[in-house]
Amino acid sequence: MHVGIIFFLVILGSVLFHIFTPWYWTDVASNWGGMDDTITLTFWIGGGVFIAVCLFMVYCVFKFSYKKERKAEYKPEDKKLEKILTWATTLGVAALLAPGLIIWNQYVNVPKNAIEIDVMAWQWGWQYRLPGEDGKLGTTKVVNINDNNPFGINLDDPFGNDDVMIQSDVINLENNRPVKILLRSVDVLHNWYVPQFRAKMDAVPGIVTYYWFEPNKTGEFEVLCAEYCGVGHYAMRGGVEVQDKQDYDNWLQQQETFSDLIAKHKILENEKTKLAKK
Amino acid sequence: MSEDFSDNKTIQAQSSETISGGGSGITPDMDYVRPAEVGEQDLYHGHSFITKWIFCQDAKVIGVQYFLLATFTGIIGLILSWLMRLQLGFPELVPFMTAEHYYQFVTMHGMIMVVYFLTALFLGGFGNYLIPLMVGARDMVFPYLNMVSFWSFFVAVGVLLASFFVPGGPTGSGWTLYPPQAILEGTPGSGWGIMLMCISLILFVAGFTMGGLNYLITVLQARTRGMTLMRMPLTVWGIFTATVLAMLAFPALLVGALMMSLDNVLGTSFFMPTILKAGEVLEYGGGSPILFQHLFWFFGHPEVYIVELPAFGIISDLISVHARKNIFGYRMMVWAIVGIGALSFFVWAHHMYVSGMNPWFGFFFATTTLIIAVPTAMKVYNWILTLWRGNIRLNTVMLWCLGFIVTFVNGGITGIFLGNVSVDVPLSDTYFVIAHFHMVMGIAPLMVIMGAVYHWFPLVAGRFLDEKLGKWHFWLTFLGAYSIYFPMHYLGFIGVPRRYFEMYDSPYVTSAVGMNEFISLAAFIVGAAQFILIYNIIKTLKTGKPAGHNPWQACSLEWLTPTVPPEHGNWGDRLPTVHRWAYDYSVPGAKEDFITQTTPPSEVAHTKVEKT
Repeated sequence: MHVGIIFFLVILGSVLFHIFTPWYWTDVASNWGGMDDTITLTFWIGGGVFIAVCLFMVYCVFKFSYKKERKAEYKPEDKKLEKILTWATTLGVAALLAPGLIIWNQYVNVPKNAIEIDVMAWQWGWQYRLPGEDGKLGTTKVVNINDNNPFGINLDDPFGNDDVMIQSDVINLENNRPVKILLRSVDVLHNWYVPQFRAKMDAVPGIVTYYWFEPNKTGEFEVLCAEYCGVGHYAMRGGVEVQDKQDYDNWLQQQETFSDLIAKHKILENEKTKLAKK
Repeated sequence: MSEDFSDNKTIQAQSSETISGGGSGITPDMDYVRPAEVGEQDLYHGHSFITKWIFCQDAKVIGVQYFLLATFTGIIGLILSWLMRLQLGFPELVPFMTAEHYYQFVTMHGMIMVVYFLTALFLGGFGNYLIPLMVGARDMVFPYLNMVSFWSFFVAVGVLLASFFVPGGPTGSGWTLYPPQAILEGTPGSGWGIMLMCISLILFVAGFTMGGLNYLITVLQARTRGMTLMRMPLTVWGIFTATVLAMLAFPALLVGALMMSLDNVLGTSFFMPTILKAGEVLEYGGGSPILFQHLFWFFGHPEVYIVELPAFGIISDLISVHARKNIFGYRMMVWAIVGIGALSFFVWAHHMYVSGMNPWFGFFFATTTLIIAVPTAMKVYNWILTLWRGNIRLNTVMLWCLGFIVTFVNGGITGIFLGNVSVDVPLSDTYFVIAHFHMVMGIAPLMVIMGAVYHWFPLVAGRFLDEKLGKWHFWLTFLGAYSIYFPMHYLGFIGVPRRYFEMYDSPYVTSAVGMNEFISLAAFIVGAAQFILIYNIIKTLKTGKPAGHNPWQACSLEWLTPTVPPEHGNWGDRLPTVHRWAYDYSVPGAKEDFITQTTPPSEVAHTKVEKT
């Protein structure tokens, strides 16, 4: 008797926990609200199956627990029932898979007007690069990276000169404008993840990976590394500030371009050589 | 398929007719069973303590050896999990806990539990003990190889544990051992630690292959007369199919470990692209870290089913025996096991949706992954339909079965979240994943192991385990484990990433502090509760209630040996002859509520046996 009651309370407790939980997802701040909706749908269908199966089990425990005089039913198979259950399950699974695939299709197809952002990761930090006025990012190589060229831009690539370099772990984004995050890593795996945006992708050394989203809430958000990358993994944080167009443009103008950086380094070097001559 | 059975269905009506068995068609005998095709096996009988109990060739002793060593390793894994939970629930309480140690504990806990505990226990432990008994063989077909298999496992465990004592300590690269970080500084144990891990895995795979060949060939070649494949208990089907998976999946892990060792020691670049480390470009170039992930998960996903399929099989048998009812839909259950096994090789990249592999793969792997939910759901339905109109003994074994159903369904359904590619994006690499896989392949298989221990202990030791202690053990474990992992899913919804040494400075995860403390406390209790079983075993080994023959009134062969516990050679002078499947419970017209597999049809001619 008590066995059935305890199992029933476990099921009831699970449902109540789900309804009253103070721990639930953060408000979505990007276009990926559809992921939340699919999760909700999965909760309804999957949760329904969980409750139904468990309650059926609890009922059996109440109703059919051992009595010496009773004999269990003898019924090896029931083809019809098995067929119905197979098809009902297949249908339920298809109902969950379909929205999942539709959203994935959006996830892998980046809108044409998305602004590309080069997110460069290392143990343990981030920095960012935006295309300049030409709208294109210069190509890069890991071996080019040095103090004068922190992103490893190929010097003979004309698209690289006007790239905007943000040597900080915080990046600003324009509200309601899609961004294509281009991820690369110079050492090990990393993952640039803002929980409120829902989206994520690993940064893999040797290749460039991507994903996209469109922020739709202004404010500051925390970036977390979501792929284990060594002892500093938990401390590998960054930030995003989503701004309205005007604030964003103001911010963008204050940033340094690659040619600014080269010029600055030239002046510094000249001064150094002058000092050395003196 | 259905033809196999249509011949036999009418047995009760055949009493006066000829059965054309084995193509001979001469004996008008309803008890006819085809003669054996091969002679009996010669066994090496140990005669000293060493050959009987240490370098022993008896599958039953080897099974117990596997069981004990896996349990010992599992206890180390358990202690590591306590240390992790201490750090997560009560940071700075353990003075020596650095991030390095934390990641080493995470890694060793994961690898130990999945490979050295669950896999070794289900296949090495239950496989060795039960396969020969359940199919009516005298032993495994290659007893010597079987012995070597265990001792390879022993050495593998030794090498694994040795890594705690080498410079730099064990590897801290996560149980997935992803390169490049696994072999680069910045990850604990990137020198000795990872090397010993790879060597240990290679030894494990080698040893496991020896055992695996034994399980397969014993099932295929050494079944006793009358034991057709479709009469085997589902336990044997589960272990058999899992072994096929292991034979195909472990080689991928083996080459992955080998190639990474070469990258580490000889400087090859299988998995290593150009890397800039501390301002210097390393001497690597052109390799692909994702290639390792494919190799790892080509092993790693079937590995999940290497653990689950034996669990599925065992739980089917336990439910059937203790509900006094045949397993519902036996043939469906067999085909579901085989189908899940086959499908499990086409889903591996659902672990890699956000790994940076070509995202178009997502469509394929999401579809295959959700298809696998169908046969799995069928198994769940059939378990609960077996309870329906059964005569359920609510003993400790059945409690573990019920606990398994709840945790497995729970974990299976969260699997549908994670398999459904775009739902996986926000949830991957968060605590939702940890909660999911612990529920479905940690707790659920553990429930099966425990149920199996309480069920078969009377066979192995000849005495019952104490029921009262067993119930305490169950309720503490089930309720405790459920309250660890059920709420943990919600940490994942908040977005708390996994493998964080500490995390409390983010504004929106601060609310999780209380939950983490609660989870940690529950983890300490659940871990401690496992020692009730150890106490129970020690206590009842000498003083427990004697079990006698077939104490659960089961149908299957392992309970029908002439001596309990079974001796070396299992069957005394004559091998048993099998006349029916392993599930003739509560047959209408039968005197008792079970008909053993060895009962000839003539003895139960008046009953309404439908299926043999």
